[in-house]
Amino acid sequence: MGNYAANEGLSIFVILVWLGINVFLFVHFYMAFLVDRYYYTRVILGQALSWARAPAACLNFNCMLILLPVCRNLLSFLRGSIQCCSRTAARQLDRNLTFHKLVAYMIALHTAIHIIAHLFNFERFMDSQLMINSSYLPYVLSQIGNNDNRSYLNPIRSNETNPTIVMFTTIAGLTGVVITLALILIITSSMEVIRRSYFEVFWFTHHLFIVFFIGLVLHGVGRIVRGQTLESVIVHNPNECHSQFETWGQNDTNCPVPVFAGNPPMTWKWVVGPMFLYVCERLVRFYRSQQKVVITKVVMHPSKTLELQMKKKGFKMEVGQYVFIQCPSISQLEWHPFTLTSAPEEDHFSVHIRIVGDWTQALYTACGGDKTVVLDAWTLPKMAIDGPFGTASEDVFRYEVVMLVGAGIGVTPFASVLKSVWYKHVKENNVFTKKIYFYWLCPETQAFEWFADLLQSLERQMTEKNMSDFLSYNIYLTRWKDAEAAHLRVQYEAEDDPITGLKQKTRYGKPNWDNEFSAIATQHPGSKVGVFLCGPTALAKALGKQCISHKESGTEFIFNKENF
Amino acid sequence: MGKIEWAMWANEQALAAGLIYATGGIVGVAGQFRGWQFAAFGIAAGVFVCLLEYPRSKRGKGTSVERTGQYCFTVCVKAFGPLTRNYYVRAFLHAALCVPGGFMLATVLGCVCLAIASLIYLSAAIHGEHWEPILPRTEPPKRIGESIKEPPQNPPPRPPPELRRKKVDNLETAAYDNPMSVTTNE
Repeated sequence: MGNYAANEGLSIFVILVWLGINVFLFVHFYMAFLVDRYYYTRVILGQALSWARAPAACLNFNCMLILLPVCRNLLSFLRGSIQCCSRTAARQLDRNLTFHKLVAYMIALHTAIHIIAHLFNFERFMDSQLMINSSYLPYVLSQIGNNDNRSYLNPIRSNETNPTIVMFTTIAGLTGVVITLALILIITSSMEVIRRSYFEVFWFTHHLFIVFFIGLVLHGVGRIVRGQTLESVIVHNPNECHSQFETWGQNDTNCPVPVFAGNPPMTWKWVVGPMFLYVCERLVRFYRSQQKVVITKVVMHPSKTLELQMKKKGFKMEVGQYVFIQCPSISQLEWHPFTLTSAPEEDHFSVHIRIVGDWTQALYTACGGDKTVVLDAWTLPKMAIDGPFGTASEDVFRYEVVMLVGAGIGVTPFASVLKSVWYKHVKENNVFTKKIYFYWLCPETQAFEWFADLLQSLERQMTEKNMSDFLSYNIYLTRWKDAEAAHLRVQYEAEDDPITGLKQKTRYGKPNWDNEFSAIATQHPGSKVGVFLCGPTALAKALGKQCISHKESGTEFIFNKENF
Repeated sequence: MGKIEWAMWANEQALAAGLIYATGGIVGVAGQFRGWQFAAFGIAAGVFVCLLEYPRSKRGKGTSVERTGQYCFTVCVKAFGPLTRNYYVRAFLHAALCVPGGFMLATVLGCVCLAIASLIYLSAAIHGEHWEPILPRTEPPKRIGESIKEPPQNPPPRPPPELRRKKVDNLETAAYDNPMSVTTNE
């Protein structure tokens, strides 16, 4: 239970607070429209008025929140500042995309409630114009303001129209349709299937949020929600006068004709702050991307991996961070994220890029991948870099014992960690991290090569410094061919592993996490072990469960997951 | 990330549109709005579109992810053959179904969403895409034990005897190791 609280506690707290605020706003604004000012509005609309205004308030709140989790630079900055105070709070900022999605779902839900309530409102407003009978209060109310067109209650001003036409001819109706359409298009193109397969469709359609926010701010400008003015309520008390509607304004009554006005738009007050922050965020991204980046070295690794070493003035990074890379000669609009594989102590920064799609293929060709001659530096394409942005791996050095688990290409952030660990040990002797357990799960041998080189050189250097115990790594092949396995059985006696050339042998299948966690817990009683994963969700769930369930010898496992 | 298969997005959009159409229709009928007959049509059309769009098509390139429990829907949709396979038919069908929704406020949103889905399907059809059912693969059962019972009829192929023996001056070209060490005949 303690581990669960350490791992999930802050997230649950944040979500509960957020839900609590939503509920409070809903109930508060529901009740706010049950007062006397809206008595006559409710005569026509009934409870549908409150049912429309309450989700509107929640929508204001959630639309304010939705822009904040995607201000990458702001979050990186906050993360850096909080890290010195609280590791847990800094980790919470890693879950920004999850929060963004939750808020989006809430917006969709409240939009649905708001629209359904307004469907009833439109219908009831229309009804009260059509039931032409001066002994019918809604009809009488709808005729108020026919002279000056300002003190009216019913936004539908005549009986020769229908709700659909009214919707398209009022500001509120028109903006409502536009922003709802934008929202639906954004949501359908953000479905996981589309996002993972065609990122461009997702990214370009998502920019409809600009239309969404403009429409949202303009949505209330028409002041279509109307109630009695405060001065009118003083002289005309609805509770007493509603039954005498046939004699309002006549000489011998004390009920003058009520006067109505619309509420001023409120949404802009909620969203102007985050909109400004987001504009700043995009400006920062643009500015950073204009800085000059020079490619100093291009390395072609086997199995379609391209390494780019670059330099940029004033570039500072931490371990395990990632950058967004743009190549204007390939595409002006595409920015792709890549993990940094170099250590902060090196004089350049590097990324290892796997060639999987159009953009990476074009980058490979532009950097001379298919040519055998050496290219001059000036022929290499110009690049733009945005970042670096922080992810969970930054925290590695704050734990005494660390478990790093990388699946396939997910091992890349850990390249940076291992290199940095090595530089730290070379430079200073009292590094906080005392032991690293490294697990690499790979479906096939081919993805090994560049990382195996790194491990080999680390192995060599560690033996030289008599520190072979510091890093314990386990490589697991999760898929193998029978012929290979036979060859490996024969080579069992050899000192070096036949695949990687490393001293520690490659293993087959998947690791038994239960055993691994128990072994580590027994080896390091009473300490906090940081578990870092970069890999698929299924593995994240398995490891998350292991972290929560293993508590022997007072060891606490704290789980950190990268997400891309 | 390869080239976009428009049909995938059109499918998501149409499914969402079907749900919105049906919900608008339910509100229209339940609230007894004017023009509720259009709302009733909206419910029927929305449900029909949802059933038609629920089974995902097999992707041209890459792995297809099924929706939960879509197999029975796949079988039904497949039964209509070219009507459901061709995206021009679908684009036209969605365009036709959405028109009555424009006559009543409650179904207007469903109408517009379905119209957009129809346009994306048109784009998919122009790009030559079509609907393929995702069917479970039936692998031929592996029979491991059979070949063990029959002994081989022929000896394994071997190179001629002259090449087989390792020559002392040409160790690399020999086909296999000699059991005894090779010495020259001096």
